[in-house]
Amino acid sequence: MSLIRYESQVRPPLVDNNKDYHQVTEDIVRPIEANPSRLWWTGFLISVALLLFGVYSIYREVTYGVGQWNLNKTIGWGWDITNFVWWVGIGHAGTLISAILLLFRQGWRTGVNRAAEAMTIFAVMCAGQFPIWHMGRVWMAFFVLPYANTRGPLWVNFNSPLLWDVFAISTYFTVSLLFWYSGLLPDLATVRDRAKLKWRKYMYGLLSFGWTGSTKHWQRHESLSLVLAGMSTPLVLSVHTVVSFDFATSVVPGWHTTIFPPYFVAGAIFSGFAMVQTLLLISRKVLKLEDYITLEHIEVMNKVIVLTGSIVGVAYLTELFISWYGQNANESWAFAQNRLNIFSPYGWSYWLMMGCNVISPQIFWFRKLRRNLVVTFFMSVIVNIGMWFERFVIIVTSIYRDYLPSSWSTYYSPSIWEIGFYMGTFGLFFTCYFLFSKFFPVIAVAEIKHILKRSGDNYKKNMFQIEKNSVDHLYHDIHSDHH
Amino acid sequence: MAVKKFVVGCFDDEGPLFDAVKKVRKSGYKLHDVYTPFPIHGLDTAMGLRDTSIHTAGFLYGIFGTTSMLSFMTWVFTKDFPLNVGGKPHFALPAWIPITFEFTVLCACVGMVITFCYLCQLAPFVKKHHFNLRSTDDQFTMVIECPEKTNEAELSSFLTSVGAFGVNVQHAETGWWLGRYDKDQKLFEGQSETVSA
Repeated sequence: MSLIRYESQVRPPLVDNNKDYHQVTEDIVRPIEANPSRLWWTGFLISVALLLFGVYSIYREVTYGVGQWNLNKTIGWGWDITNFVWWVGIGHAGTLISAILLLFRQGWRTGVNRAAEAMTIFAVMCAGQFPIWHMGRVWMAFFVLPYANTRGPLWVNFNSPLLWDVFAISTYFTVSLLFWYSGLLPDLATVRDRAKLKWRKYMYGLLSFGWTGSTKHWQRHESLSLVLAGMSTPLVLSVHTVVSFDFATSVVPGWHTTIFPPYFVAGAIFSGFAMVQTLLLISRKVLKLEDYITLEHIEVMNKVIVLTGSIVGVAYLTELFISWYGQNANESWAFAQNRLNIFSPYGWSYWLMMGCNVISPQIFWFRKLRRNLVVTFFMSVIVNIGMWFERFVIIVTSIYRDYLPSSWSTYYSPSIWEIGFYMGTFGLFFTCYFLFSKFFPVIAVAEIKHILKRSGDNYKKNMFQIEKNSVDHLYHDIHSDHH
Repeated sequence: MAVKKFVVGCFDDEGPLFDAVKKVRKSGYKLHDVYTPFPIHGLDTAMGLRDTSIHTAGFLYGIFGTTSMLSFMTWVFTKDFPLNVGGKPHFALPAWIPITFEFTVLCACVGMVITFCYLCQLAPFVKKHHFNLRSTDDQFTMVIECPEKTNEAELSSFLTSVGAFGVNVQHAETGWWLGRYDKDQKLFEGQSETVSA
């Protein structure tokens, strides 16, 4: 009996241009087997250069101390924690796409999940750099772990959100990595079994753990993916919740709000999807994967962007309302004077954030603009600039003028080494992404094959006939079994 | 493990597999395995495989994570090093929920992946016999065991009759061994040539 596949005819195909199973393999594995293009080398070398600049910036910071950054008495975390929260936020889209959309059985995730998960892992790697190097005496970094020591033992403070962060980020990184890699195993085996070169056979043989594609293994693999997705879903929500607790549990005006957890999570998904758009728009073009990452995929992600952008907008307005309604003098000051007042030292950053995050994504209510690649690319960059400023606004505008006017520091501007560190994480991120796009299948090959007969355009066209045949066949089966 | 004789047949579509599996089971031949490039829902049931219990293992690992982390934090803050923070209770359960949760997830996920790799015998430098290299690309490979008593020619023609092509006979090690994929598979003497499909 052949399979009956139910999917609405109205849904547009997710794989274009008449593909069969072998063609899917060919298309996705080709960039791995070919020599990297000039464009790849250019991008890769620029990324490595940025990374090296970042390494030098960190070297300065470690040698001369955190004083290399223009931090001051009230602004103890300037760009550093802004960048940390920004990268962690970006790292949310991958797991959201692969876990939450798996649970909701969204077929379109198959085209983008692999790259998005890789992006998640690299973004969390970048995020982790900031708290680690900010410690100053980085060789003491292991003090954040609860280990039996000779100081009492003086344990870490389990009641502190900063320690929750240590657990949340490290768990998130580990789980994302396992989820990503377990999904990669079958695809790496595909590359291995096609390999002609000796070193490639060796490398991918090593990486694919001896995967064979046995039915029993697939059954366990499916179960594993489902449970990992089920656990990653609350995990991804908890991670940014915990990050928001770093602020929300303090008593700094502008931070001490209960809306932070959902607001941070929505913002994280928002910026994460924007980063996925940026990367995939380039990847599909450079690696010629337009048949797999179609306009449908881009449009769906733009819908998520306009939704989460609007949630973030509602959160901003709620904050403003509560700061007025709460009638707390310090809280009202933080919002009315430090943020809303465009003529205050950082007022511009608040309005930049509003413009980028709340107003500009509204253009995605129009289908034509959602399906326009240039507009999408431009918007994806704008959104991430806006989200960077959101964190900057939250951190800097809340602490540069707080309770004690004598310690107000009216101008904080980052030093070159502070900026260099940030640039360095871009270098790390893109170096990893370039290596990933060269050596790993950017699209989940097995998962595309899995949805091909449901969502490939060649099969969709004949869907009526296939379903009719299946029903006839089923009827025939039942009939013949009866006798 | 052991080297056994197998008759191997290929399919280029997953549809006929279900019929074929049914016929193989009915005829009493010993179905070794079916190798597919992607998971085929329902094939495991058709082959008569038991449902996996890997999720139960995950649950147990999770419970271990919850209890161990919660009791560790309780011991630290009530027995080993009680700190007086403004007279607040030492046993601060609400503040420990995030870490307990994260550790639960960590244990469940790491444990499950390790269990998965153990059950499927997957690890770097683990090498296995691959009956058909294209079964990770676009072909579906059905492997039937062919013991002494079974007539090889009969089994081959049976496989062809259920829709397989490129039917061939292979002597293969069923377990795994330590090895590399860039070297030739000449571990076992008397292995017949794989007929390329």
